[in-house]
Amino acid sequence: MSARRAVVTGIGVVSPGAGDTKAFWELLMAGRTATRTISTFDASPFRSRVAAECDFSPAKEGLTPQEIRRMDRAAQFAVVAARQAVADSGVEFDPPERAGVAIGSAVGCTIGLESEYVVVSDGGRDWVVDHRFGVPQLYDYLVPSTFAAEVAWDCGALGPAATISTGCTSGLDAIGHGAALVEEGSADVVVAGATDAPISPISVASFDAIKATSPNNDCPEHASRPFDLNRDGFVLGEGAAVLVLEEREHARRRGAHVYAEVVGFANRSNAFHMTGLKPDGREMAEAITRAMASARIGPQRISYVNAHGSGTRQNDRHETAAFKRSLGPRAYEVPVSSIKSMIGHSLGAIGALEIAACALALEHQAVPPTANLTTPDPECDLDYVPRTARDADLDVVLSVGSGFGGFQSAMLLARPGRVA
Amino acid sequence: MSGRAGLVVTGLGVVAPTGTGVARHWAATLAGRGGIGPITRFDASGYPVRLAGEVRGFDANEHMATKLVRQTDRWTQFALCAAEAALRDAGAHPSQEPGLDEYDMAVVTASSSAGNEFGQAELGRLWSRGPEHVTAFQSIAWFYAATTGQTSIRFGMRGPCGVVATEQAGGLDALAQARRVVRAGARLVVTGGTEAPLSPYALVCQLSTGMLSRSDDPETAYLPFDPRANGYAPGEGGAVLVVEDERSARERGAARCYGRITGYGATFDPRPGSGGEPGLRRAAALALADAGLSPKEVDVVFADAAGVPELDRAETDALVALFGPRGVPVTAPKTMTGRLYAGGAALDVATALLSVRDGVIPPSINVRPSPDIPLDLVTEARPGPVRTALVLARGFGGFNAAVVVGAP
Repeated sequence: MSARRAVVTGIGVVSPGAGDTKAFWELLMAGRTATRTISTFDASPFRSRVAAECDFSPAKEGLTPQEIRRMDRAAQFAVVAARQAVADSGVEFDPPERAGVAIGSAVGCTIGLESEYVVVSDGGRDWVVDHRFGVPQLYDYLVPSTFAAEVAWDCGALGPAATISTGCTSGLDAIGHGAALVEEGSADVVVAGATDAPISPISVASFDAIKATSPNNDCPEHASRPFDLNRDGFVLGEGAAVLVLEEREHARRRGAHVYAEVVGFANRSNAFHMTGLKPDGREMAEAITRAMASARIGPQRISYVNAHGSGTRQNDRHETAAFKRSLGPRAYEVPVSSIKSMIGHSLGAIGALEIAACALALEHQAVPPTANLTTPDPECDLDYVPRTARDADLDVVLSVGSGFGGFQSAMLLARPGRVA
Repeated sequence: MSGRAGLVVTGLGVVAPTGTGVARHWAATLAGRGGIGPITRFDASGYPVRLAGEVRGFDANEHMATKLVRQTDRWTQFALCAAEAALRDAGAHPSQEPGLDEYDMAVVTASSSAGNEFGQAELGRLWSRGPEHVTAFQSIAWFYAATTGQTSIRFGMRGPCGVVATEQAGGLDALAQARRVVRAGARLVVTGGTEAPLSPYALVCQLSTGMLSRSDDPETAYLPFDPRANGYAPGEGGAVLVVEDERSARERGAARCYGRITGYGATFDPRPGSGGEPGLRRAAALALADAGLSPKEVDVVFADAAGVPELDRAETDALVALFGPRGVPVTAPKTMTGRLYAGGAALDVATALLSVRDGVIPPSINVRPSPDIPLDLVTEARPGPVRTALVLARGFGGFNAAVVVGAP
């Protein structure tokens, strides 16, 4: 009996610069950047005024007026991406009790929570806020479980559902959780992905306070510069990606198109610092090594690395060290790129967008570039696929994430049928 | 499934309205001493909800350095305090445990509303004074993963990490995630959950569900399965558990074993208004099947006990369908604490393990179940062997989870 395995049979994307999966892949292949000056509020008092925003119209995406009123922007992203993924997959939840949901998010319904706070506190004046101005959606905004609930309601899944909220590794961890539900037999189909819509004053101010985001306000389209010598912080993004994960035999029986197989996953804590990273990359390397062990493959099989590549000085150095530590000489041979150079860093969502990119890379046998990489950093001395996409013979691809809390995650996807 | 190592609970830590510390919590729970009272953390007199289960006399400075107190919300402070107690209880000192590698130790918590008080203060600074007044700690104290991150750092645990959000069901889903990481090779997991939902904005957010009691009498503010049920009182606190692979716990000579986690099931409800059966019965049945037990073998059910008439009816239906009318003792010690959200189900599991240890079912207080309700509701501490307890939890929006707790 072969072990149960999760395969990707559907992809849905809401991304900066792209409203669906096709446009998303085109953007990545063109190496186009979707970062710009923040337009959704007046960012002039902030240190960093750059972000990768989605041009998203919930009504055009088919949400009803009541759905639009009820859901925070991040929930809208999740539901729209989930609908795309389920349609793309063609899967039917039969029975719905065998269908699960796993949605990642780092910061939940921040926009709704903040904008309503401003009202009930009358512009931040009152500590004991005025409940008479509270809207009926407040509790949905307060708890991140809202995302899993909205997606489960919308697609009719009656199996295990959860929101996974491990900060900036939420996307990878949610898909890892979804794959675990399939592998252990708790579900045959899991709608898994992540969403975040953090472009709001409180998030921008929080990252300003620790100088994590890029202050390159004069050149917003080139502000996200992973692995470049002149990188100066990440660029906040937003969006969602949702996959349909399906048990391999279940997908085979119905003749489903399979983009990729999830063959390995692991995460680790660095137990070091909530935001700081040790330059040696030890815990991320440990996560990668464990993920390879769970897939029973060695570094030679890895043909592309989708990096966390946030564009902060410490991350890109840390990550480069982690690749060398875990992949050995293979680190110097394998193409490594960061799509955050194009679509920014959407916190918890980005891990799912990156897994979507990896599945599409396997599908199209091509790797997206690292945009804006013009001046190499001697400390980052791997092949980061600067500025131009590349055709490649892809077999197994690695995607990693690193986030506040010290969390490090690694996932391996393979071309269908390539890994035993 | 055969061949799988068992999951045992070797340490408990409690911070709850019934008391800080396992002994105080358990003594109050058996005595039926409730911790619901007027909200004192701020002036709630102008709100329609004025009662809650507060953790009294908790001073974070007694449990951690000032530096850490300043960069964490109360919810994380509860968890760090409970985790320290649980690890001490388990006789596991992560930084000095021989043979227990730092990568073998994991942290998985349930999270729901996260760093409310901290976040509200920072939002206030931003909107009344300007962006430059937001502090450097906002980015690490407010978000849902802060507790798992700070716990892993404090105790030097470098294994897998997890944060599960399914509202009040979170404590059970986190325990299931802990079991997954043990099955994948971790040896020891700090798990559980806490909540600190009693800051003004967080309370106002909770009002929107319409499920909170507006009673001013602590004895009528949370009456599940009672004809007078009128919603629930919110509460703060929770529990942290140390769980381990059974063989590994034995090898390291664990100080004690409270019991084992033998079954788990989780489901989601049909969309509201669709008329389908809610998923709670199915979650419980899955958990029993996972444990290889029949309903007859269950000695007590720790109910979700929403205190909202419609939800109480649904839970009653599920229990009757599984166990028959009055077929099993049912209790809700959370009537003494209020609903603790991410902390609620974790505390129920801790209380269930104490019930197994001491052979006594803790009571539900204040409730006078109607004779029409076909439940054997335990309203006075009831001695008798407790070998197997079923813990149920539902999370707002449609989450259902069930865990089976067994004797060591």
